[in-house]
Amino acid sequence: MDLILEGIQKAFFLIFTLDAEVLGITLLSLKVSGTATLISLFIGISVGTAVALSRFPGRQLVVSLINTGMGLPPVVVGLFVTIFLWRNGPLGFLEILYTPTAIILAQAVIATPIVTGITLASIQHLPANLRLQILALGATRVQMVWLLVKEARLPLFAAVMAGFGGVISEVGASIMVGGNIKGYSRVLTTATVMETGRGNFDIAIALSIILLLLSFFINAILTQIQQRERPR
Amino acid sequence: MNPGDKPLILLKAEELQVKRGGTLVLDIPVLEIIAGQVLALIGPNGAGKSTLLLTLACLLKPSRGRFSFNGREIDAGRGDVDYRRRVAMVFQEPLLFDATVFDNVAAGLRIRGVGRAEIGRVVPGYLELFGIAHLAKRSARKLSGGEAQRTSLARAFVTKPEIVFLDEPFSSLDPPTREVLLGDLERIIRETRTTAVASTHDQTEALRLADRMAVMNVGKIVQIGPVAEVINRPADGFVASFVGVETVLPGRVLRSSDGVFTAAVEGGEIQAVGHLRPGERVLCCIRPEHVTLSTNIPPPGTSARNAFPGTIRKITPLGLFHRVRLDCGFDLVVYVTRQSIEELSLEEGKTVMASFKATAVHVIPRGAPPN
Repeated sequence: MDLILEGIQKAFFLIFTLDAEVLGITLLSLKVSGTATLISLFIGISVGTAVALSRFPGRQLVVSLINTGMGLPPVVVGLFVTIFLWRNGPLGFLEILYTPTAIILAQAVIATPIVTGITLASIQHLPANLRLQILALGATRVQMVWLLVKEARLPLFAAVMAGFGGVISEVGASIMVGGNIKGYSRVLTTATVMETGRGNFDIAIALSIILLLLSFFINAILTQIQQRERPR
Repeated sequence: MNPGDKPLILLKAEELQVKRGGTLVLDIPVLEIIAGQVLALIGPNGAGKSTLLLTLACLLKPSRGRFSFNGREIDAGRGDVDYRRRVAMVFQEPLLFDATVFDNVAAGLRIRGVGRAEIGRVVPGYLELFGIAHLAKRSARKLSGGEAQRTSLARAFVTKPEIVFLDEPFSSLDPPTREVLLGDLERIIRETRTTAVASTHDQTEALRLADRMAVMNVGKIVQIGPVAEVINRPADGFVASFVGVETVLPGRVLRSSDGVFTAAVEGGEIQAVGHLRPGERVLCCIRPEHVTLSTNIPPPGTSARNAFPGTIRKITPLGLFHRVRLDCGFDLVVYVTRQSIEELSLEEGKTVMASFKATAVHVIPRGAPPN
């Protein structure tokens, strides 16, 4: 019990004294996971909308693959991104293995199916004739897609939250492709794993609390925007 | 339009066919939409009314067919944005955006790139016209069915469309709301001289709104013409049953002279007007409002050539009048007012005399007599 209390004390000490190392790790986590989420939003919303609005042979299989991808194990992603970025791998020439960029890539791979799946479900959940109604209002195809996405904006906020939540908390892929290099590619989750392994439970608890607070504040902001969106 | 002027054909569809899974679901050789008129499409579910409307609004690509709008050939698919911006469509469900009533009504204008100032100037007038000005700032999610459909109609009319396609816009509303909204829409269509094509399965709606009526069945237009013509002179038994001719009796001509013939129907003989030869098979159509009931048996002097004693089997109230089903040897349906029900003390089981003129019988020939 003392261990936990000490950990909590240590956490608040590190937060309020703006410890340089902890601050660096926190900012890198935000930057890496934020960028990965943005990339996944761009790809996920585009692909999810396209699949939701089109009919083609094998569509059912594509939807099944997207839904399976929503539960993609981070270690599997980490393994394959490592293989791809390995010196002799297909993307080895990029020379980004064990860099924050590699973590962004891996996290984007994890978040994209989540955003795609939620987008797909959100667009499909809209009334079937809404698409025709928008066209009947004189919309071009691009305007129609934009209006449909706008109409599904509330569930799409959930996609942002789920995507960000999925990557800020994952550890397997980040440690495999980032290498947990101090001051360079160390993020909150990889640091927590390392400190736990070393028996530094107070610092590990501190980092966990920071991770939880970060996750809470980001989601609180998004929830605020989501709920404000509903007109009175 | 002055009498004698040729009606302006605003939209013309030719050789229109829509196939689904290899099955022909719409087959219209030619359809003309006349400027300033309302055309009602009536028919049972699955008749192809909605498919026809979607195709005419260029929201559904037909398997084949040609369209000309104001004499200009248009792309019969979704590609012709210019055409789609000159027409509007209102669906059975209001299909509003998750926004305020004002923003919903302004949607079509925003899509057309109309500026904020112009929207602020135009939209309030249409909110007023459709009686929803007081709801301008309310969320569309918090509207009643009638308010939502008013918003949907205002959204369509605010773009000043040259044709409005209405796909059963009142079918999901309760009768009192439907009645009020129908009255308002009728007034707005007349005042704005809007050309409209409205599908409905309610004959009363068609009668109130339409100048012309098209009766559809299994993807085809069975009959099209001025409303009175379709109602009073249905082309066949299907049209007759659909336009409210509640008594349709198959019969065979017995004798004929001086333009009046007598046909044998099940349970009796009917006199009607027409030059038909004995033996010809006919359908005798009698509209319920053309039949008179009397409690005097035999009836007093009358010009009605047909009079039948009958027993009242059922009396059903239908709002402003009652529907009385008589057994005269054949089933005969009559509409009478509540006052008549009371004054004649009509009740189920009572015997009355039903009469109608020979000219009230619409005759549909069903084929030449066998040689």
